[in-house]
Order: sequence, then C-alpha cells, then structure tokens
Amino acid sequence: MSKAMTQQEALQEYLLRLADSDMILGQRLCELCGKAPALEEEMALMNVALDLVGQARNWYEYAAELIDDGRSADDLAFRRDAHDYRNALMVEQPNGDYAVTMGRQFFFDAWHYFTLASLVKAPDERIASIAAKAAKEVQYHLRRSSEWVKRFGDGTEESHQRMQTAVDDLWRFTGEMIEADDVEQTLFKAGIGPNPEQLAADWKGLVNEVLTEATLTPPPEDAWMYRGAKVGHHTEHLGYILAEMQFLQRAYPDAKTW
Amino acid sequence: MYAQLVETGAKRVKSLEEMSPEEREFQLKIDAETKIEAKNWMPEGYRKTLIRQISQHAHSEVVGMLPEGNWVTRAPTLKRKLQLMAKIQDEAGHGLYLYSAMETLGADRDEEIDKLHEGKVKYSSIFNYPTLNWADMGTVGWLVDGAAIVNQVVLQRTSYGPYSRAMIRICKEESFHQRQGYQILLDLMREGTEEQKQMVQDSINRFWWPSLMMFGPSDDQSPNSQQSMAWKIKRKSNDELRQMFIDQTVPQLEFLGCTAPDPDLKWNEERGHYDFGEIDWQEFYDVLKGNGPCNKERIETRKNAIDGGAWVREAARAYAEKQQQKQQNAA
Ligand SMILES: [Fe+2]
Ligand SMILES: [Fe+2]
Ligand SMILES: [Fe+2]
Repeated sequence: MSKAMTQQEALQEYLLRLADSDMILGQRLCELCGKAPALEEEMALMNVALDLVGQARNWYEYAAELIDDGRSADDLAFRRDAHDYRNALMVEQPNGDYAVTMGRQFFFDAWHYFTLASLVKAPDERIASIAAKAAKEVQYHLRRSSEWVKRFGDGTEESHQRMQTAVDDLWRFTGEMIEADDVEQTLFKAGIGPNPEQLAADWKGLVNEVLTEATLTPPPEDAWMYRGAKVGHHTEHLGYILAEMQFLQRAYPDAKTW
Repeated sequence: MYAQLVETGAKRVKSLEEMSPEEREFQLKIDAETKIEAKNWMPEGYRKTLIRQISQHAHSEVVGMLPEGNWVTRAPTLKRKLQLMAKIQDEAGHGLYLYSAMETLGADRDEEIDKLHEGKVKYSSIFNYPTLNWADMGTVGWLVDGAAIVNQVVLQRTSYGPYSRAMIRICKEESFHQRQGYQILLDLMREGTEEQKQMVQDSINRFWWPSLMMFGPSDDQSPNSQQSMAWKIKRKSNDELRQMFIDQTVPQLEFLGCTAPDPDLKWNEERGHYDFGEIDWQEFYDVLKGNGPCNKERIETRKNAIDGGAWVREAARAYAEKQQQKQQNAA
C-alpha cells in the first residue's frame, strides 16, 4: 500500500477483508454439509455458516456502495478472482479432521470477536450496526469453538493428539491476522477498528488461556509465520474454493437472475 | 411422502370381537380420535409400526440433506446460498425432532441409525436421485417438499400424539421450502436465459416421476396400508395422496410454462381429477432395494460421517466425565 492511501480506500479494502473471511469460512463449513460427526453438530455448523455468510452479505453490500463502480454484492463475492480476495489465509485452509475444523474456527473466532467488539464503536453508523449484530453471533461461535478445543485437548489421548497437531499446523496462519498493515493502521487512526497492539494482546491472551485449559502446548513465540493474504497472495487452496463457489456465475455470465 | 411401504406385521385387521380387552379399549380411543401418548398402553404392532415409520421419516430428512448439500457450495448468489443453507438446517432439525418423537416409543436413535447404515431400513426413495443442475434446488423444494407436505398435512391428524405434534411443526417449514423452491424456478423461467430455462425443464423431467413414487405403491400393492389406516397412523391411501398431489401440482407446472414427461397427463372432466400415465414400479422397487443412482453414495456418506466422528463423540464424553469428576472433587 502506498502512503497516499486515503481513509476511503483503506475502508473499502478493510470491508472486503471482513466480507471475504466470513464468506470463505462459511463456504468451508458448507462443504461439511451432511458430513458432521453428529446431527447436533450438523445443525451447529450450518448455523455458524449461516451467520458468516449473512455477515459477508452485509459487508459486501456496504463495500459495493462505497466502491460504487456498478458491481453488486454478488459481483464482489462471485466475480472476483483469488488475487483480489482478501480473506485471512486461516479460513481458506481445508476442513481436515474435526480438530482442524474447530482449531481453525477458534483461531478465527478469537480474532473476529475482538475485532467486532471494537467495530461496534466505529463512528460510521453502518459499520457499527453490522458489527453489533455480528458481535452477538460471534460471541456464540467463540464460546462453541473454544469448548471444542478444550474437549479435544482434555478429552481422550487420541483427541488430544489430533488437537495438538491441528494447533501446530494452523499456527503459521495466525500471525497475519493480528499484525496490522497500513490499512488497519490508517483506519485505527480514524477511529475505525481495533488498536492493533491491543488486538494482538487480547488475541494472544485468550488463545493462551484456552490452550492451557485444554492441556495443549502453545507453539513457540518466535514460530515462523505465513503471510500474504492482505495483498492477495493466498495459499493454493483458495483457487479451488472459488472455482467451486463461483461456478454458476462464471459458467453463465449472461444470466441476469438466479 | 417420506415413509414408503411401512411394515405393520399384520396380515389383516382384527375385528373388535377378536381383540383382547386392552386392544379393544385402545382401538376405541383411536376411533374416537383420542391421541395416544407415550405413557399409554399400545399394541406392540402399533409401537413397532410407528417406530419404523417415524425412523424412516427421520432418516429421510437427514439423507435428504445430501442432494442439497451437493449444491450449497455452488449456489449462485448470496441470497440463494443463504436460503439453501437455512433449508438444509431446517431438514437437520426435522431429523432431530423426529428422532426424539421416535425415542418416546422406546427406540434408540443410535441403534436406528446403525440399522440405516447397515442397509436394514429404508428412507425415501427420492433422495437416491442425483441433483445435476442448479434448477434441481428449485425442483426439489417444489416437488419433493411439496409431495412431503401432501402426506404430512394429513399426518398432523395421526393418532400418535408426539408424531402428530412433530408434523404440525415440520409442515410449516416444509411449506416455506416449497414456496421458495417454486420461486427459484419461476424466476428462472421468467427472467432467465434460454440455457437457464432448459435447466428448469431438464430438472422437472428428471424429478417428475420419482416425486410421484414418493407416495409409495398403488393401494392394491400396499398390504400394510389397511392396518396402518385402522390405527390411524396413516390417514389416506397412497393413491388418494398421489392424486391430490398431481391435482395441485399440474396448474403450477403450467403456470411455469413447463411440461411433465407424461403424454397421458390430462384433465378428466368426468372424474374431476387429472389422469396420468403408468408409474414405472420396477424402477421404484429397484431403488428401494438399493439399486438407485445414488443409494450407495448416500449411505456411504452418512456412514462415514458417523463412523468417522466416533473419536469426536468419544472425546466429548471423556471431557464431560472429567469435568463432572472435577466438580465432585471440588464439592
Ligand atoms: Fe424436512
Ligand atoms: Fe419431511
Ligand atoms: Fe423441507
């Protein structure tokens, strides 16, 4: 990002990050339809996915209004390629086993929770109201995913192993979520979004607390981190997610309605 | 309907004179439209038949998530995606709710699900057909949920209280699914491109006959219907329900501007009903026996989900026990 970035540009970029992360995680959860480990989990997963895609729609709609180049919320979701997507690398990671699914959810939920808690106070009323509705939903997501991390960590030997492996494997995607770039710094100065240092501290605090209670070992402080989502450099997974998710819009570009 | 060919274990219906005093009292209650509740005495045959029927229904709701799950990752717009996700979540809820109604009869959910995975019990034949294009998400809502409603509206008056109450709640949501499904098709037919309209017709061509099969075999081929009717577990015959469905559906089909793959489908002024062609019952029995296009995949998916999730459920149990232990030690 160049120094000349305006607040407006930063906001558009940030809204896409929020929307894309919600959308891609919702999409990943949709993949689990009919494949959850219990019927109650089937309901819960779809419930969380519904919240996320609903939030994505709200952010996309606002982003589309601000960008104002004729693209709709649907265009933003279904007609942008991977290099234009701004979701966190974390959420595009495959579902794996249920420990991975829940570990990914927990790391994201913790970030989402603190982020929304601060967006609720944004001077931009639209942001504040979308965030307020989302914050209630995400509070439940976070409670649920931290419960599962604890259940697995402090459950059976097998579940402990699986959860520790999931934490270790996913850890490299946590760094970029809590490191602010120009966009987030610019917005923070404008009173929109979390104080980057505070967000990182809150996230680390909560994650450590839950992992410890789950009898899991947190990865080392200086662990290597994978970065790139904020500039559109994703893992190989995203291209496949979009190929599936955007199939109809791409295969029938002339269609005006669905 | 979601329960086809439910075995009652009765060769013929007993007369009041042949019944034991308990049976007679039970039958008189049924005849007087008094609901049977879980705590009431009931004949073993009644209990078993209900367990079979309700579990078939519950299994159908759950397996029925799969053909829709096949498109939930490819839904074309945010609105359609959210609608489809909500519908699938409703179906999971129906499954849970029905399994609970079934458990009031002393059956065990996990055991019944094991039977499903072992291929010992059935679920609706309709979910063994593949969903091949997006319009199928409209057609399934319109025809499949639509056929289910025709059956379930009648089942709201079924004699077993918990089942009847489950039906009342579920029917409301199914009607919503049906309208939503029809709207998908209507939008595509009204504002869609030529390709999209073809998608709709192709979808109706594939789902028409299998939807009619949802009501089960013809009355003369339904040996268990009589006993189920006497117990008021069933309230209308298969053929009556099928005719009701066709009569209400054909005008909707015409309003769409689509056709049914049945040259014999036409209004019969004399009967006051639509006539329709012969159903391919061989196909129906084949699908029921496991030889439908997707039987193998559907059961495999469900079995893998539950078997593969064993360690998850085990972990949850172990954790809950540890937590309980901690609380006891603290007390
Ligand atoms: Fe249902
Ligand atoms: Fe149903
Ligand atoms: Fe339904």
